Amino acid sequence: MRAFQILIDGFAISALYALGATGFTLIFGVSGVLNLSHGAIMVAAAVAAWAAASVLNVGTYAGALIGVGVALLTAFATYFAVVKPIQDSRRIPNEEKEIFVLTGTLLWGIMIQELIAYFFTNNAKTVLPIVEGVVEILGVRTPKNEIFTAIVCCLVIALLWLLVNRTRTGKAVLAASMNPRGVTLLGLELTNIYIVVWAIYGILAGIAGVLLGMFLGVSSYSVGPLTASAFSIVVLGGLGSVSGSLIAAFVVGYLETLTAYLVSPAYRTIPALLLLVFVMYIRPQGLLGRR
Amino acid sequence: MAGFFTSRLFFVSLALVIIAATLPLYVSGYVLGLLTVAFYFGVFAMAWDLLFGFAGEVNFGPTFLIGVGAYTAGILNAQFGWSVYLCIVLGALASVIAGLVLALPALRVRGPYFGLTTLVAVLMLQNFIVVFADLTGGEIGLTIPDVITINAGANYWIALGFMTISAAILYGLSQSPIGLVLQASGQDPVQAGALGFNIVKHKLAAFIVSAFFSGLSGALLVFYFGTASVGTVVDVAVGVNVIVSAVLGGRRTVLGAALGAIFLIVAGEFLRPTGELATFIVSAVALLVVLFFPGGFLGAALSREARS
Repeated sequence: MRAFQILIDGFAISALYALGATGFTLIFGVSGVLNLSHGAIMVAAAVAAWAAASVLNVGTYAGALIGVGVALLTAFATYFAVVKPIQDSRRIPNEEKEIFVLTGTLLWGIMIQELIAYFFTNNAKTVLPIVEGVVEILGVRTPKNEIFTAIVCCLVIALLWLLVNRTRTGKAVLAASMNPRGVTLLGLELTNIYIVVWAIYGILAGIAGVLLGMFLGVSSYSVGPLTASAFSIVVLGGLGSVSGSLIAAFVVGYLETLTAYLVSPAYRTIPALLLLVFVMYIRPQGLLGRR
Repeated sequence: MAGFFTSRLFFVSLALVIIAATLPLYVSGYVLGLLTVAFYFGVFAMAWDLLFGFAGEVNFGPTFLIGVGAYTAGILNAQFGWSVYLCIVLGALASVIAGLVLALPALRVRGPYFGLTTLVAVLMLQNFIVVFADLTGGEIGLTIPDVITINAGANYWIALGFMTISAAILYGLSQSPIGLVLQASGQDPVQAGALGFNIVKHKLAAFIVSAFFSGLSGALLVFYFGTASVGTVVDVAVGVNVIVSAVLGGRRTVLGAALGAIFLIVAGEFLRPTGELATFIVSAVALLVVLFFPGGFLGAALSREARS
């Protein structure tokens, strides 16, 4: 009974983590950018969906779409206002661009977080779920919303896999992650690829944010923890490796759920952090990372 | 190094310190209190700059070193009643040990991987403090019975003196041959090693020095506040402020980091009337500086001087 509950709850949380971390790792793989405003973009999507559905009464579907749209816009704003100027800057030495992107996106994330807190307060917001009610699976009362979350996450990840492996654009993205210079030599404009990747990232983060808002609820305080969990999942899986992130998301998701159910919800994050430190010591490149 | 004592930077710093030292004669206790905190923060930022600017280690967790120093000093005083000065020294020593713990992964992993390890270190410390609430005061914080002094002017002078001495030592170290080797090993460890420099030894030294000053400053801050809490010395947000200070003031300048910290804290106070938007405005200004003056305040000033 309890085992099934852990199995089901853990799956939904892991799938959500996986979706959130996939976009994050994709951007790193292709353009070497670690986007520390990730959590802020997810929260912005959730809050936009909440505001559209609960304040403007546009309905849950339109609300969810607006949330994803806001995430897409925020992702583009992040790229054009923060990341691109730093990458193109001639005053910042190349070997220091990484830390500048980290600092810049961190500050940008704080700005988004503060704006959300200013206009929508710090209170936790739960987005109205698209599907309501509960069903019984294997004797566990499960909200339909939880099943919906898991299904959407898996579908979106499958779509992403198809996009990357089966379309021309996707193959260009994949090639850029392997060798940016090679792609340029083949006559593809690197900036266009980056724009595509940021668009994919924005949509993924938006969907993850809205689903999170329906499943657990968000507040402006979630920004930091969300960024940190995406960061640790991605490093655990191996920076830039999408399949590694997926595995890591499930490892972290189940570890947290197990701890929360069997030990105490207060210690929820500790085993995952210990595992992370342990993996960093024996395999610094992560589970599936390349060096 | 000898050129420094005749350079304009030296005279400007000297003048600033002298002016700062006379402040208690004519400003209110409120301003002094603000600057006292700013000076301790300045030491955090300078210590961080030594690690990042020179050793090239992206330390996202400056508050791990600060927090270990602060809490060690606080716990020893509050739970065991040891004297304030002994607690401060032991706090700094505990922080040095924490620095060595942090240095271990730094010798193995680099860049973002090391950055994450340091972030995890902070989160672990935070969890530890919350879980062992009997010892540490948990989320509420630890109330510390003793203080160094309650005189605002004396506290201010202690902080100013401490920051000046730390700045002199850290700046001197950064301009010394050791600083140059550190800088070289931060930029290209393989080549620096091939030139025959012992990178491991230099990096360890950088971690120890950085940890020592972070911990010492953290311990002093705790005895100034009379309380140690996660929100003031451990939280990731505090660490972000330290990093932003150093980048704002100009990385790889050490002295700039202190300027950045003072600016950040004073600006935050000036913006208090704007309420919740204060953090937004400070972050926005910091982002603009990062984008348009990547060298920071001191970096921009020095390069202008060099050009003219």
